[in-house]
Amino acid sequence: MTVSFAAQINSVLAALILLASFGLLVQRRIYGLLHIFAWQGLLLSISAAVVGYSAGLHHLYISAALTLSLKVIALPYILYVLIHRLKIHREVEEVVRIPTTMLIGIALVVFSYHLTAPITELSDLVTRSTLAVALATIMLGLLMMITRKKAVTQIIGFLAMENGLFFAATSATYGMPLVVELGVALDILIAAFIFGIFFFQIRTTFDTLDLKAMERLKEEE
Amino acid sequence: MIITALLVINLAAAAVLAFMGDRKLAPELNIAGSAATFAASLALAVRVHDEGPFVAGGGFFFVDAFNVYLAVLTAFVSMTTAVFSRRYMAHERRHGKIGHKGMRFYHAMFQLFIFAMLLALLTNNIGVLWIAMELATLSTVLLVSLYRTPPAVEAAWKYFILCGVGIAQALFGTVLLYFAAEKIFGEGSNGLLWTNLSAAAGSLEPTVLSIAFIFLMVGYGTKVGLVPLHNWLPDAHSEGPTPISAVLSGLLLNVALYALVRCKVLVDGATHSHKAGYIMMVFGLLSVLVAAFSLLRQKDVKRMFAYSSIEHMGIATFAFGLGGPVATFGALLHMLVHSLTKSSIFFTVGHAAQMHSTQDISRIGGLVKGNPLVGWGLMFGVAAIAGMPPFGVFTSEFLILTALIKDAPYFVPLFLLGIAVAFAALFRRVIPMVFGDAPSWQKPIKASHMPVLVHMGLALGLGLYLPGFLSEWFHMAVEMLVK
Repeated sequence: MTVSFAAQINSVLAALILLASFGLLVQRRIYGLLHIFAWQGLLLSISAAVVGYSAGLHHLYISAALTLSLKVIALPYILYVLIHRLKIHREVEEVVRIPTTMLIGIALVVFSYHLTAPITELSDLVTRSTLAVALATIMLGLLMMITRKKAVTQIIGFLAMENGLFFAATSATYGMPLVVELGVALDILIAAFIFGIFFFQIRTTFDTLDLKAMERLKEEE
Repeated sequence: MIITALLVINLAAAAVLAFMGDRKLAPELNIAGSAATFAASLALAVRVHDEGPFVAGGGFFFVDAFNVYLAVLTAFVSMTTAVFSRRYMAHERRHGKIGHKGMRFYHAMFQLFIFAMLLALLTNNIGVLWIAMELATLSTVLLVSLYRTPPAVEAAWKYFILCGVGIAQALFGTVLLYFAAEKIFGEGSNGLLWTNLSAAAGSLEPTVLSIAFIFLMVGYGTKVGLVPLHNWLPDAHSEGPTPISAVLSGLLLNVALYALVRCKVLVDGATHSHKAGYIMMVFGLLSVLVAAFSLLRQKDVKRMFAYSSIEHMGIATFAFGLGGPVATFGALLHMLVHSLTKSSIFFTVGHAAQMHSTQDISRIGGLVKGNPLVGWGLMFGVAAIAGMPPFGVFTSEFLILTALIKDAPYFVPLFLLGIAVAFAALFRRVIPMVFGDAPSWQKPIKASHMPVLVHMGLALGLGLYLPGFLSEWFHMAVEMLVK
């Protein structure tokens, strides 16, 4: 595989990852979100493997395998089980002002390209052009967390942000050192157990997983 | 060797307490674990004092004057907090606020939290520093929601989400730092080691580091509780159990600020400008002012002191941003005395809330009559935190102010306004709580006096006299931070 060919594949993957981010932003059904999230993880994992192959870096294969097992299998499975146990799989979330959200999303993508332009110029990696997409994925995850009002969808937004971070690491630097990758993966796994517990705590204390119910703690006058 | 012992003690204590967290001797074991950690941290401090900074564990750990004093402080405050929590949590358990499982969870997570903070302080790898900061958040999230009341669950969720989002930005900043370092050090962990980075800071790419600093500032700034990223902090402090408020306020905020300052040194070295410092000054001053005016309208006593923590972290951040030897010395001292004083205040406030079964300021009164030590402890604590001489906070704020008058006089009025408003707001609320007649709903409790006495003694002592070894350390740290 030549370098330019690898770069092209990586660009296509980056485009698909960005598409998945926009998909997450507008998808209303909970299983739909879960599927898109798993697809995004799969794309990430393939991208890490492709970069690892073309650059001859074997530690990226480990990263790819880690992503595959954590973000394509473990996390979606945990979320699936939680959604099933909490019996919220039929719920359809009301997403207001989709066109506005999409426009803000596009603005964020442009902003990401603008911000990373000076960095990309300095890089000679095959993957450099995708750093902007990585930052955009982080920003879009953040936007999703702001616009959504359900606990489960906020968590999916949070995990999509983590996807963006992973993508940033592979596209800017061919992946962080393995110690860090493993540590981050461990943190995400712990976080997964914590939000699992949280869903039940929120459900038992508020009778709903809708975060609109949580408005007690405000600055009183 | 010492470092490994230091970290292993906490992990082992966490594991043991996870199994026996609600047995009879669990609180004592919690204290013993923390005391052993404190002893190990003292041994580490002695070694740094004798031999100077050193790298250990194949470059994985790095200990110098800056992090060793924070490590000793962390171990010390966690020990006194463990002493305080023995009686405090027993009271909560008797009153059915927390059950069997809750106690077990509390003890195990307390130790894990201390482990995460010590790891963050002692590691040399800025990637691991990030991981440890995230671990510190994760281990305390479910402690904030320990009482399972609706506000507690809400506060914990806010804490989880906001800090999670914030710290994700810091990871992006770390990736960018690594990107800049990779050009010099190549692939592998070398490029993330702080000692390597600071040695080669001059040749790191300045544009990349400036952008990285913005992300690091937002990320770690969220954990420091800087305005406008502070929303999680008052909720988490007011709804969690008081020992956790004490360690969050006294320790976690310090560790987050430590992470930020370590990154600032690298950015300063690369950009040869004061850009990072200006950003920190703006965030710091904004925090001081917003927190001071928010103090005026608080009704919940723990929430009020949470805002006071935002104010003081703002002061320290501002001083680090200001730079220069005097301000940096002041900031280091401020982190130390604020931590001691604020945790002591939380101890007394926790007992005061138990005596009145409420955290509502208007329903707490006559503390001096009810329990003189709690009452006077709170009064002196507030005097100390508001910056009255001869307490330590006065010394550090005075140092910072002196440097400010010299280097950036136009900020003096705003800075003084913040401190004055906070002073007035605290005294207006605290005097009715401490003096006056005890209300009929006040009940006597078994308070733990030792931690309050020790903390206030130290806060007073540090205001009157700074021991030689401590000022030597601060000078060494200042030398490292101000180049």
